[in-house]
Amino acid sequence: MLAGAAAIFGLVCALLLLAFRRRGADQPVSATAWIVGGGLLFPIATLSALLGYGLIVGEQLLPRADSATLRVGAEARRWQWTFTQPGTAGPIRTRDVLHVPAGRPIDVELTTRDVIHAFWVPRLAGKMDAIPGRPNVLRIEAHRPGVYHGLCAEFCGAGHARHGFRVVAHDAAGWARFQAGEAP
Amino acid sequence: MKALRLHRAFEAIWGTPAGWRGSLATVNHSTLGVRLMVTAFVFFLIGGVLAMLIRAQLATPGSAFVGPEIYNQLFTMHGSIMMFLFAIPMFEGFAIYMLPKMLGARDLAFPRMTAYGWWCYLFGGSMLLVSMLLGIAPDAGWFLYTPLSSKPYSPGINSDFWLLGITFVEISAIVTAVDIIVSILKLRAPGMSLDRMPLFAWYMLVTAAMMLIGFPPLILGSILLELERAFGWPFFEAARGGDSLLWQHLFWLFGHPEVYIIFLPAAGAVSTIIPVMARTPILGYGWIVAAILALGFLSFGLWVHHMFTVGIPHLALAFFSAASTLVAVPTGVQIFAWLGTLWAGRPQMHLPMLYLIGFLVTFVLGGLTGVMVAMVPFDWQAHDTAFITAHLHYVLVGGFVFPMLAAAYYWLSHFTGRRYSYTLGKAAFWLIFIGFHLTFFLMHLTGLLGQPRRIDTYPEGVGWTLYNLLSSVGAFVMATGIALFIIDVLLQLFHAPRAPRNPWRAGTLEWAMMQPPPSYNIASLPQVHDREPLETAPDLALSLARGEGYLALPRNGWRETLAVDTKSGRIDHIVVLPGNSLLPLGTALVTGSFFLLVLLKLYPWTLLPLAGLVVLGWRWAWVLGDKHAHGELPIGRGDHAPIHAEVRDSPGWWGSVFLSIADGSLFAALIFGHAYLWTVAPNWPPPALVTASLPVVIAGLLGAALAARRSSGVTVTGAGLGLLLTALLLTAFRLAPSPTSHAYGAVVAVLLAYAALHAALALVICCFARARRRAGYIAAINGAEPRIARLWTDYAVAAGAIALACTHLPALLS
Ligand code: HEM
Ligand SMILES: [Cu+2]
Ligand SMILES: [Cu+2]
Repeated sequence: MLAGAAAIFGLVCALLLLAFRRRGADQPVSATAWIVGGGLLFPIATLSALLGYGLIVGEQLLPRADSATLRVGAEARRWQWTFTQPGTAGPIRTRDVLHVPAGRPIDVELTTRDVIHAFWVPRLAGKMDAIPGRPNVLRIEAHRPGVYHGLCAEFCGAGHARHGFRVVAHDAAGWARFQAGEAP
Repeated sequence: MKALRLHRAFEAIWGTPAGWRGSLATVNHSTLGVRLMVTAFVFFLIGGVLAMLIRAQLATPGSAFVGPEIYNQLFTMHGSIMMFLFAIPMFEGFAIYMLPKMLGARDLAFPRMTAYGWWCYLFGGSMLLVSMLLGIAPDAGWFLYTPLSSKPYSPGINSDFWLLGITFVEISAIVTAVDIIVSILKLRAPGMSLDRMPLFAWYMLVTAAMMLIGFPPLILGSILLELERAFGWPFFEAARGGDSLLWQHLFWLFGHPEVYIIFLPAAGAVSTIIPVMARTPILGYGWIVAAILALGFLSFGLWVHHMFTVGIPHLALAFFSAASTLVAVPTGVQIFAWLGTLWAGRPQMHLPMLYLIGFLVTFVLGGLTGVMVAMVPFDWQAHDTAFITAHLHYVLVGGFVFPMLAAAYYWLSHFTGRRYSYTLGKAAFWLIFIGFHLTFFLMHLTGLLGQPRRIDTYPEGVGWTLYNLLSSVGAFVMATGIALFIIDVLLQLFHAPRAPRNPWRAGTLEWAMMQPPPSYNIASLPQVHDREPLETAPDLALSLARGEGYLALPRNGWRETLAVDTKSGRIDHIVVLPGNSLLPLGTALVTGSFFLLVLLKLYPWTLLPLAGLVVLGWRWAWVLGDKHAHGELPIGRGDHAPIHAEVRDSPGWWGSVFLSIADGSLFAALIFGHAYLWTVAPNWPPPALVTASLPVVIAGLLGAALAARRSSGVTVTGAGLGLLLTALLLTAFRLAPSPTSHAYGAVVAVLLAYAALHAALALVICCFARARRRAGYIAAINGAEPRIARLWTDYAVAAGAIALACTHLPALLS
């Protein structure tokens, strides 16, 4: 997409430049060629291709029912995140840290106690809003164990910039320990 | 000298008397256009200072320059000022100044409205400035999302300032849009058929139409949110059946078209300047007109692309994603028409052209990132990051500020009568251009690196530090460029040598007059034969000044201009425009006191300004017109025409039609809100519906039928309206659930209030029409006034019937 955009931008700049260079050349310019060719056919062709691609990618990113997924709850409030998930000995609640197993898709169910927030871990997935009265589900997946930074992407008032959290992705052993309730 | 004699005579009729009284009373479009532009430019500077403060804060990580409370006010006010108090009034002012001149008319269709619009804008904008000086400015972002902006989370008066101040300014935008649209459709030089109209007029026509349809949803949203904040009517509160997404829909239903509303007038300036710079007619006039119409239409179908992350089903997102990419096509058509024009001609590198190149480069980049964020998966990453900040400034600064700077240099000699002495403008351009790209190109990168927008601080060591610093440096470079531009313009105002007439040798009519223009623009109106009248008749200005066109003889001290048949440009009638008056100022003051009283929560007192508005509105319309008929009057060149008071489709009639369209858009948005809450909001159905009552419905519909009958006299119509009003009020006060109990009750209350208000308004208008007829005014007997009264009666009847149906039917059916 970036390369395409750069190419189109280059094309427009070149046409602009040449318009000044051409001064003096006297071939007539055809309105239809410019407008139908450049203004209609060209964008329609490129945009349809791009759009199709975008839709396919979007479709693949959607949360699909799947036995391997883990479902966690994320409740946002000003200015805190509370995560809830099943553990071996009953539900586990964590604050501002989300523990997940690496290599497994996770469905995060987003809710809010007050205003709109948005859950975003740039390296794991796109973002999704937490809206009063409308639970949303976002699919994320950490391919490798590690710590990932997450933040609130929807402006939520004075503490917005500090409304972040961490996602800790565990390897199999770490995950088992977490589930058993041992502090990681 | 005949020209000089004419000049004196017309100046006596159209001029503004010296002194403060004259300044307060003037309704002259040139004066008011300049006032609007100057005011808007001052707001641009204020918004710019806020931008500098924002960039100062973000220059370094962990900055403690201002705290989050102040920072949130800074960017909220920056965004709101730039969008509502700079961009829109700036192009309105430009259009107000330029349109009559380009169309070959002496003023706009509703001069007093023009003045009223400016006062409203000034007062509403000042309200917001006051809030800023007091440190209680709006702080919930320029789109004021609920519930952040609702009472529990924004208990202060901050958001009320926004809701009331912006609505006040929007009123000015609506009346100006009506003014512009009627002027374009009716007040043109004879012979200027639609397809001979300058492109700028086409752009403004579509822009004004979009304003009439696009602004009312925001006005409605603001009213609803203010009702929620003031009285606890839960339109947007999920717990009581409201939905915060309704606000987002209403806001973006306005907000997306808004972007095109800002861009189109600037593109109109581009389409006017480029062919002159290239010394060739524009390529593909018809294509461009089609592209503008398509843009106007499509831009109402994309608002959801601002809401890709709220959890809307992917199929719906796909639709809006496709629509958002589709809108790039008409934009592409325009860009290639401009490029093709440059190829076809011999472009000259004058200063306006330089700024236009800045526009093309910047805007194309903004358009390309626009297509990127129209891709749903990409937007899931980019949404609400600095990438969006970058994109929106490429579009807004690229698509509006650069063209307006080009326009400033292109038309400056029209305002000043002075020749441009070419030095500082070029330096200013490079500073602005380089500064801009330094500031905002880097924001694409920080955005992709995960920097969200609207943060007052960020940590060290995540890779954003250097980019942010450079970005802030760029902003200050750009500010220096703007300062240079100001100095340049001031120098030119006072220092430059006199310019020859039509220095660019352009073909459009605004150059066929003295520069700076006299109060009446042209001593006589031309007959137009083609798109570029000055191209075929370079001496037109002189011949018009000598009175060789239409309406060259001052008559009765009237301010005369011609109205034509919309499509063909055939002469239709003479419009006698109202002269200077203090009514616009008075009405704006009373309107302002209404908003002020609401802001101070002195609700009972608001009845006073409301009554005042009825009285002033009455007077506004009463002072016009004549009690005896004039018949066909000579207009020069052997032609005759009646005056507008004696025709059925006078500008007043057209104004009413377009005002009712805006009104209808507001009503449609309200019905949409009702249906939306009903079908998708959480916590429905409501605990109780309206207690349906067949007798009330039948009485109301009977009243509506009576009022709608063409043949009945005023008494019957009035009685019908009264019956309808009674049914509406009975439903509201006796049968409907409390507006605070549930969003349902709240929406029903607003629906009924809307319909009742219109029934009452129609009653007043009918009384007015009758009083005028009794008093013997021609316009009330042979002219448009009965038709206007009929229009508003029909409107009230329709609104009343729909409101009754919406409130009673569900209960009757269940
Ligand atoms: C003069 C140069 C300008 C600079 C340096 C500038 C800078 C900025 C910055 C840094 C932000 C982001 C604030 C944040 O997210 O924390 C911002 C937001 C914004 N700017 Fe500008 N800006 C400029 C001109 C304009 C113009 C001309 C317009 C519109 C015509 C505009 C409209 C906006 C809007 C709508 C926002 C969003 C506000 C919000 O998030 O609520 N800006 N600007
Ligand atoms: Cu948040
Ligand atoms: Cu949009």
